[in-house]
Amino acid sequence: MCGLCGTFGSADHWTDGVGEAGTSFPAAERRRRAGVANEVLGLYGLKLMEWSNRFTLTGRTGKSAVVDQFGAIWAEAEKLTGRVCDPLDPAVIEAMEARRGTGSPV
Amino acid sequence: MNPETSLPPVTVNILTGFLGSGKTSLLKRLLALPALKDAAVLINEFGEVGIDHFLVEEVDDDVVLLKSGCICCTIRGDLKGSLLDLHERRAAGRVPPFSRLILETTGLADPGPIVATLVADPVLRHQFRMGNIVTVVDAVNGAENLDRFPESSRQAAVADRLVMSKTDLADEETINALRHRLAGLNPAADILPLDDVRIPDAALFVSDIHDPTARAREVARWLAAEAHHHDHHSHDLNRHGDIRAFVLTSDAPLDWARFGLWLSMLLNRHGTEVLRLKGLLSIQGVDTPVVIQGVQHLIHKPVHLDDWPDGIVGTRIVVIAKGLDPEIVRRSFAAFVDQTN
Repeated sequence: MCGLCGTFGSADHWTDGVGEAGTSFPAAERRRRAGVANEVLGLYGLKLMEWSNRFTLTGRTGKSAVVDQFGAIWAEAEKLTGRVCDPLDPAVIEAMEARRGTGSPV
Repeated sequence: MNPETSLPPVTVNILTGFLGSGKTSLLKRLLALPALKDAAVLINEFGEVGIDHFLVEEVDDDVVLLKSGCICCTIRGDLKGSLLDLHERRAAGRVPPFSRLILETTGLADPGPIVATLVADPVLRHQFRMGNIVTVVDAVNGAENLDRFPESSRQAAVADRLVMSKTDLADEETINALRHRLAGLNPAADILPLDDVRIPDAALFVSDIHDPTARAREVARWLAAEAHHHDHHSHDLNRHGDIRAFVLTSDAPLDWARFGLWLSMLLNRHGTEVLRLKGLLSIQGVDTPVVIQGVQHLIHKPVHLDDWPDGIVGTRIVVIAKGLDPEIVRRSFAAFVDQTN
């Protein structure tokens, strides 16, 4: 179940998309999105993979969970790792700046 | 359309305001407006509103029909149960069909959990959709309530429309000071004065982001806050105690997946602190501007505008948050989402 909006299943979650061009191949788009997510999830030792219209989220120990859409990733990530996934954690921000080369002197 | 009942979803308006702010008085006057004849009103007690002179028919113990055509219901048990019950009665034709539900909160209520109730239930979320949150602030005691009671600040911070009541009882200086303060606390909301003489406008509820004819005007109001931010060369639109309004901007189109990942991560951890979020997004692969808005953990399904307001292309998101450092949020947004660099 999505922690954000309480939806069961993957239908009509706000993260699904807004009609972007090039998203007419859902599996390919989900694979691309998984790649985007893995830039962040890698910080927590997690990996997201496209699987049968959904995603699987797997930890270093092999423990995994099925997630229906992007909105459901973070609650599962915290369950799998037992860690808080906070985008406002300065260490996480610094790691993302280093990965994407967007850091600016603070 | 809802596949289960073929009925379109009901727009829910939350009417809130601190104790004694005058929300019940506003509601009483609204109940008589023909523009709200297809509305149902959910209140705590019939006695509080004093509907006797509007009454046409008592449908049963907790539902009455008013002269205007409006249905008035009391909350029986919990809110979720009352909403499900009302939905079932509507679907079964046991109450007149209605397209809008005005939900009056208690004076100490935080509208956030009410929104969460609406969207967390797998049945309710398909039958109801969120419309404007209208918050009544008393021109005489409003400033003191904002100072003393965090509930009052939260109610004002989440509003789409702020109604300043009792303006006939306050002097101009007090009214202007309160207006200035409310505009700082919630720069994206429209502030409307109300006195004993003025007839309240049904547009308070009816005109919202779901209305295609009102959508561009609504978004323009949000973005006026962003223009104010540029004029004052300040990152913080305002600081009101630990509630702050600030703007996230990006000139380059965003990747929707990156944005969704970041925002869902932020709300998973800080949803209760993000009181409101409203903005216009430039998304890669999408020609038209995308409108996004949310209340705490809830993000509404994004909608599109036909054109960029004022021809200015770019992402601008107004955030009203409690206890979050705008600089940290801005830096996180840039690190996770921004494609400018």
